[in-house]
Amino acid sequence: MKKFNRAFTILVFIFLYIPMIVLLVASFNSGNDVAVFKGFTFDQYKELFRDDDLLSLLGNSLIISVLASLIATILGTMAALGIHKMKGKLRSAVMTVTNIPMTNPDIVTGVALALLFAFAGVALRIHSILGFWTLLIAHITFNLPYIILNVMPKLSQMDPDLTEAAMDLGCTPSQAFFKVVLHEIMPGIISGMLMAFTMSLDDFVISYFVTGSGFVTLPVEIYSYTKKPMQPKIYALFTLMFIAILIIMSVMNLLQARDKTKRQRSRLLGGRVK
Amino acid sequence: MSQELIRLTDLVMEFDGERILDSINLYINDKEFLTLLGPSGCGKTTTLRVIGGFLTPTSGDVLFDGKRINDVPAYQRKINTVFQRYALFPHLDVYDNIAFGLRIAKLSEKEIDERVTEMLEIVSLKGFENRKVTSLSGGQQQRVAIARALVNRPKVLLLDEPLGALDLRLRKDMQNELKRIQQAMDITFIYVTHDQEEALTMSDTIVVMDKGKIQQIGSPEDIYNEPKNAFVADFIGESNILDGVMLDDYLVKFFGRQFKCLDKGFEKNEPVDVVIRPEDIDIVPVEQGHLCGTVTSVTFKGVHYDTIVDFKGFKWLIQTTDFCPEGSYIGIRLNPEDIHIMHKSEYSGMFGDYSSYSAEYDEIADAEGGEDEE
Amino acid sequence: MKSKWLSGPYILWMALFTLIPLGVVFYYAFTDSVTGAFTLDNLANIGNYLPIFLRSIWLSIFATVICLLIAYPVAYYIAHCKPGTQRFLQMMVMLPMCMSFLLRTLAWVALLEDTGIINNLISAIGLEPLPLIRNNGAVILGMVYNYLPYMILPLYTVIMKIDPRLIEAAQDLGCNSRQVFSKVILPLSVPGIVSGITMVFVPAVSTFYISQKLGSPGTILIGDVIESQFKSAYNPNLGAAMSLVLMILIFVCVGIMNRFTNDEEESMVTL
Repeated sequence: MKKFNRAFTILVFIFLYIPMIVLLVASFNSGNDVAVFKGFTFDQYKELFRDDDLLSLLGNSLIISVLASLIATILGTMAALGIHKMKGKLRSAVMTVTNIPMTNPDIVTGVALALLFAFAGVALRIHSILGFWTLLIAHITFNLPYIILNVMPKLSQMDPDLTEAAMDLGCTPSQAFFKVVLHEIMPGIISGMLMAFTMSLDDFVISYFVTGSGFVTLPVEIYSYTKKPMQPKIYALFTLMFIAILIIMSVMNLLQARDKTKRQRSRLLGGRVK
Repeated sequence: MSQELIRLTDLVMEFDGERILDSINLYINDKEFLTLLGPSGCGKTTTLRVIGGFLTPTSGDVLFDGKRINDVPAYQRKINTVFQRYALFPHLDVYDNIAFGLRIAKLSEKEIDERVTEMLEIVSLKGFENRKVTSLSGGQQQRVAIARALVNRPKVLLLDEPLGALDLRLRKDMQNELKRIQQAMDITFIYVTHDQEEALTMSDTIVVMDKGKIQQIGSPEDIYNEPKNAFVADFIGESNILDGVMLDDYLVKFFGRQFKCLDKGFEKNEPVDVVIRPEDIDIVPVEQGHLCGTVTSVTFKGVHYDTIVDFKGFKWLIQTTDFCPEGSYIGIRLNPEDIHIMHKSEYSGMFGDYSSYSAEYDEIADAEGGEDEE
Repeated sequence: MKSKWLSGPYILWMALFTLIPLGVVFYYAFTDSVTGAFTLDNLANIGNYLPIFLRSIWLSIFATVICLLIAYPVAYYIAHCKPGTQRFLQMMVMLPMCMSFLLRTLAWVALLEDTGIINNLISAIGLEPLPLIRNNGAVILGMVYNYLPYMILPLYTVIMKIDPRLIEAAQDLGCNSRQVFSKVILPLSVPGIVSGITMVFVPAVSTFYISQKLGSPGTILIGDVIESQFKSAYNPNLGAAMSLVLMILIFVCVGIMNRFTNDEEESMVTL
């Protein structure tokens, strides 16, 4: 059984990675047809770095993702602290609203926001309201639940006496938060923020509905590229992003691994002292 | 020793319409070791949290040094707490945990260092400065928690079942240690526990609580020897509690027999509860006995035997070093000082009958007591 | 007590940008695109698109079931690896989720095309090329491929957390390995299964890109119709009505699924 599972898992991973390998290989292909490998070349990369438009779109995507995940992290962490104190009906009402953007399909979220902005545009007499701000608002909105759903469990795992202990030792409530609670929920905040950041960076569907001609992100532009005959420099961009994400994830993986072994070691020590 | 430091007047605490504390009146003297003792849910931890400033009473006042402090937040009170599960900050090492309060108070690093070092010595944790608190044993975490509170030189230290998580041996050591620290620091300790032995060992004053009310306040000797009602008599140590009638001062009747006693001030023919401690009962040959009965069970307890004796259908617990085999017929004598008389109370008839006694009885009671309210 | 107010800005934000937009969807769904008057025509028009709705649902149910069948053994295998391997494999599952799904879907086009990579290989060994693309099968393949990681991760998280002592206890009480699985492991994985099904079904039923690229005009899905109402046909009122129906459909499904788990609040967090 174990052997079967192992072989099966390997097959599934091949299935998951084949399309990406196709794209990686295509980025070094001198021909335009992905299906036919004509010869090895770096031309696509040269082409990519000459294309200022594409690079500035990447910049746009990064600006939106960084801003949206930061703002969502602050708003969401505050919200989680508040919700943590809530009880009964109020709490379940707020959590239900929090789950709406999580449960709603992206297309509905996108359509709803697009309609809201159209409405607001008419009301405010702004001709083309869609652009940077609408994009930012949309991204913050779908990022918020990720922060809350990552921070809330950390808050409930935390020893509730810690806040009281800090106040007992002279901290005002806000000092108690920054000196104690923040440290305890930091892993949740960071993982929520990273999740929000990647969701933002990769979001296409919602952005597609709330973006205007003034400010476009990379995934939206890629979508319009894929409607036309494909330019192979996109494959080069994909390859570079693949490498970047691979590096980031490996580093996080290593940090996590080190953290885990450290904790295990200290637990062992503790056991021995006892 | 006798100067009053804290006073609680008519303290009432309600959560969702449920009365947790019911008009608590209590004063606590400076430099005294006071213990709030009672079963789970009796309101002892709530009382402690009101004093600490973590709860605002529904009504009634908390006075500190004569001033009303109901609305003073926890961080402005000269009171520190040792929490039940210690609540050490996991992101700080031992030194930084202890220095936490001093840093908040913005003391100079030099003074902080002096005081932390001194404190580490007092709690015997020298050399542990840079250890992570998560790597310490329960007893060591306990010491850090005490040091972290005491280093701020509070006038009062609150301790919420601080020994509950330790094993028996360590608990006994820490009891002595705590008493020693309290005397060395010369401050007030308010200690919450459900363990009567802990309370008797350490306290100057014990406050016995149940159902949100104070049942009795007194020195350990008073509480043990002169329990006010059946609840106190049963909760502090073992007691046989019987129905009796007070015939006159110094004369009580129970089991159809008159006994001399040391109590007075009851009305004539007042029905009363009679308490007889199991260790006070002397076993004598049948012909010399005030009462005679049959031994129904004997359990070896180390120092003594727990002997259950059936007197006319009512079973008594007798703790004796003399072994009387099951089934033997014995007599007992009761001296006037062995008999203690209490007024009837809501607790009458609920405690003090050993008819259902079994050897596991204690363990079950312990397991129940282990969990505290909230 | 005051810290309750910390969530004030958030609640305001969610009211403005989650609840009110849904209200606007309602408004558009029930008004006429030209006159702005109240009408039920938009909802009535959806009847014409019923076959598309049904196709969307059954294709995504199919894809969800396949995802579950594939993901369970994989998640089970990962959960029983050494901790280091587990972390590595978990990363390998998450990596595709971070890469542009548009381009990855496009890669499937290159693979499945009539003159694509797979058919080139088939021709190379002298067989007839197969019709791999522009059919329902290709759309389902695209869905399975894109959303499989969203099934593996919650399953892995749940299976990993199962206390190994429970399995020993079951064996101790006389379960053989198949019974251990069906009586202990499977029931305990239900929260992960529910969360995985939700996370695959919702995006699958509402997708519009996968069907555009891998399907044919005859296999368009509800997402494609909604998209066209906003981006080409420009009838936002009909689009709003369809979004509304789609949303209600999904909330009903999710509601039913959540019946299987007790803690609704945590059911989405397993990622």
